[in-house]
Amino acid sequence: MRYIRPLSIEDAVGELAKAVGPAAILAGGSDLLVRMKGGFIEPELIVDIKAIGGLADITETADGFRIGAAVPCAVLGENKALKQAWPGVVEAANLIGSKQVQGRCTITGNLCNASPAADSVPALVAAGAKAVVAGPSGKRTIAVEAVPTGPGRTSLAKGEIIEAILLDKRPDHAGDAYLRFIPRTEMDIAVVSAGVNLTLDDKGAIKTARVALGAAAPTVLLVEEAGQVLIGSKLDEATLQRLAKICSGACRPIDDKRGTIEFRRKVAGVLAQRAATTAYKRAGGK
Amino acid sequence: MNFDPRYSGRNFSSVGTRPIRPDGIDKVTGRARYGADFNMAGQLVGRILRSPHAHAVIKSIDTSKAEKLAGVKAVITAKDLPDLTDGDAAMYDILDNSMARKKALYDGHAVAAVAAIDARTARQALKLIEVEYEVLPHVTDVDEAAQHHAPLINDQVFTEGLEEKPAKPSNVTKRTQFGHGDVHKGFAQADFVIERSFKTEQTHQGYIEPHACVASVNPDGTADLWVCTQGHFVYRQHCAQLLGLEASKLRVTSSEIGGGFGGKTHVWAEPVALALSRKAGRPVKLVMTRDEVFRASGPTSATSIDVKIGANKDGTITAAEATLRYSCGPYPGSWAEIGAMTAFACYKLENVKTVGYEVLVNRPKTAAYRAPSAPMAAFAVESVVDELAKELGMDAVEFRIKNAAQEGTRSSYGPVYGPIGIGPTLEAVKSHPHMKAPLKANQGRGMACGFWFNFGGQTCTDLNIGMDGTVSLAVGTVDVGGSRASLSLVAAEELGIDYSQVKAIVADTSSLGYNDMTDGSRGTFSSSMATISAAGNAIKILRERAAQTWDIPVEDVVWEKGHAIAKGEKYGNLAPLSLKDIAAASGKTGGPIAGHSELVADGAGVSFATHICDVEVDPETGSTRVIRYTVVQDAGKAVHPTYVEGQYQGGAAQGIGWALNEEYIYGKDGRLQNPGFLDYRIPVCSDLPMIDTQILEIPNPNHPYGVRGVGETSIVPPLAAIANAVSNAVGVRMTHIPMSPPRILAALDAEREG
Repeated sequence: MRYIRPLSIEDAVGELAKAVGPAAILAGGSDLLVRMKGGFIEPELIVDIKAIGGLADITETADGFRIGAAVPCAVLGENKALKQAWPGVVEAANLIGSKQVQGRCTITGNLCNASPAADSVPALVAAGAKAVVAGPSGKRTIAVEAVPTGPGRTSLAKGEIIEAILLDKRPDHAGDAYLRFIPRTEMDIAVVSAGVNLTLDDKGAIKTARVALGAAAPTVLLVEEAGQVLIGSKLDEATLQRLAKICSGACRPIDDKRGTIEFRRKVAGVLAQRAATTAYKRAGGK
Repeated sequence: MNFDPRYSGRNFSSVGTRPIRPDGIDKVTGRARYGADFNMAGQLVGRILRSPHAHAVIKSIDTSKAEKLAGVKAVITAKDLPDLTDGDAAMYDILDNSMARKKALYDGHAVAAVAAIDARTARQALKLIEVEYEVLPHVTDVDEAAQHHAPLINDQVFTEGLEEKPAKPSNVTKRTQFGHGDVHKGFAQADFVIERSFKTEQTHQGYIEPHACVASVNPDGTADLWVCTQGHFVYRQHCAQLLGLEASKLRVTSSEIGGGFGGKTHVWAEPVALALSRKAGRPVKLVMTRDEVFRASGPTSATSIDVKIGANKDGTITAAEATLRYSCGPYPGSWAEIGAMTAFACYKLENVKTVGYEVLVNRPKTAAYRAPSAPMAAFAVESVVDELAKELGMDAVEFRIKNAAQEGTRSSYGPVYGPIGIGPTLEAVKSHPHMKAPLKANQGRGMACGFWFNFGGQTCTDLNIGMDGTVSLAVGTVDVGGSRASLSLVAAEELGIDYSQVKAIVADTSSLGYNDMTDGSRGTFSSSMATISAAGNAIKILRERAAQTWDIPVEDVVWEKGHAIAKGEKYGNLAPLSLKDIAAASGKTGGPIAGHSELVADGAGVSFATHICDVEVDPETGSTRVIRYTVVQDAGKAVHPTYVEGQYQGGAAQGIGWALNEEYIYGKDGRLQNPGFLDYRIPVCSDLPMIDTQILEIPNPNHPYGVRGVGETSIVPPLAAIANAVSNAVGVRMTHIPMSPPRILAALDAEREG
């Protein structure tokens, strides 16, 4: 096994592109090392991206925020501007694992691990976040929901690395929220989850809305119909009921060790309602 | 010296205080040596190949490719562990469980093992071992396994305990029955009868430290084993017998232990490590992964239990009956039998009958888990008791007080009770402020009682007095819960010296006589008895040395508050001699001073507890949070109250996990789906409230201080207490443990849909 720590994204891409055996990208390592220790993967090349310039920074730009691929989730929680603009994304990132794990893990890693239960991904999808992909043929920017294609699989080609996640600048009257269901209080993995992102008009009616569900299908689901039903409402009881019904209906869950199909369907609706209520309050809705 | 174990009602100066534990610094600084912290020069890494099948004939094993891999020093199969058990069926099962001989009997059953120069090589070698299996139909559910058409796990097993020997083999290995009176008559007299069926899923002790050992076998037949265990003497017996070693030549040293709770009372990988070392001619370190711990150590039984209880309008129970089916894994056990004994032990019953069925399943071999078998029986019984109280319109505590066993009651499992604590724990609960605290919406309160036998057993200690007057105490019961602190307190109490002058250690198997394991809540009970006895023997020598120094008859020397005192007017001018004085002179008065003790600690007093629990249930998700929890338990005498409280809290914490989320989940393929702490959900710290405790002290008449074991009873009531609380919170009786959110939500939905 070869471990390298390149200083530029080009070097990292180059090494990955020419790798012959299985290769892995190391940021926080909270997924990779566990998988290696468990004997599930035996990479021949490990590319540590933490020393690459800019990858460990959160930058506030004219368009919003650029979160480098090596920024630990705990650092997201310490960034006041980001927390104020995207509280739902930050709370999702700060639910992963334990405090110790949050000091290592990254939202980019969470995205690329491609688990349908990834905590930060529904929040990022609801937020309309984008991923900057560097590869042998240059850079491209794609919607985060285009990254995972199935459990453990991504759309990234050989040699490609996500170098940053982009979040838009927030207008007035905007709010997001993320909730997951776990049987414990922490250090657990989502049985089902929901992220909601809203903007309101000046009268407090919902202007735009995005709803995403986690652990409800092979990939995180963007439920466009659920967003549609919220638009124009002030989140009255009837709208919340419709939201729950749509979300429950959109789920394509499985029965497994973490929960049943019935349970996931039902709780997806409950969580969507609760997350929407929180997002609405955060956006200044009453 | 004759030892009188009877309760003496004395006053204490050290016992009952709360000093810092002697192993504390090492543990908080990370210096303590656990099983995997032992290392030897030239040691190899051992790894075990495990069956991926729940039930399969092993047709052949080809190890040749693995043997040829550079760095591999030994590969073994069952052939390298020949059967030396000489008709001892229980030992044969231990052997077969260590390394499958003809059939793999569960997902995770060991089939081969390697020792290599490093972990990577060992892992590669496992991949090169070719095992040809003939996969057989399997059964993992306890009720399905008991059916006539179920796949047979062992065609040599015919149900024992039936009036006629059955003609056909069965997965039901044994039927046992307990009770007295006539339940038919009792039910006929009842005004109210409640009958329900319950299930509990299989749980694991969940100790944080995986099984780990270093084995070193020499060509001359001597061997060493450093191991994390609850009973190194028992490990020595079993390993010596399985490997064909002489017991005295196998020295077993127990490490610090990161939890056992019954799961480290049994050998799993240790015989394999010794066999690897014997074949490789080098020491072998073998550490189980968490996956292996779940798949191939010894979880507790899954159960299916029917309970029927009848009562009069005045609240007297007229009859109680239970049928209990417990899974044993693929080898016979006596788990249902214990459940059948404990089920109704809290109550005074004229008519009671319990029947236990031991059931083989394709799961790992069941091992003890803290008051083994009692929590599931208590869950079923205490649920019905609560429901019956409601039916009668009686308060749940009052109903139990009315029917509680007392001194002189004939227990449901046979013996007549001496002084016991069930009544006092119930009275304490009745007047506890917790019972009157207000509850909010979606919250409910439950309470339940629990019983455990406790055990005494064979015990041996040495107490050595140094020339500086400090005392080293060598005990043979592994310290799983602070017993070195407790036993140091006992030595200090007896000798009349300060706790800081005593240092207790757990001695290896070559340094002391045989000791039973630390199980049955016996550690402090039995070793304190042996320590009192050993201290008495040392005091006899101290008195002799003082008498010799003074040149007076030993009968005139008494031992008080750490000093030899010449008794009587005529010795008025003799200043008392301290232990330190006598120790300093010992080289000139006859040599070292020590006290030894070997005894069988009989008369472990039975133990009772009553728990109170408040929960809050989210009616939309079925999520349950325990918001307040109180344990009231009889300790007989709390030697070190902090560690008694720790046992109470630990049992409650494990019970909470069991009640709400912990379970072995098997797929249709018979494979364990959740062999890790991510999906086998033990509670994390923030899941638990601070668990409040109240220690009652109803002296055990068979111990000089009145001590009873305290380690296990605390896990008996929680399943029931939480089930009763959930039932009171949401109005639905939960009959399946764990009460996980999907199960609660499904039950609520079923109720809502009518």
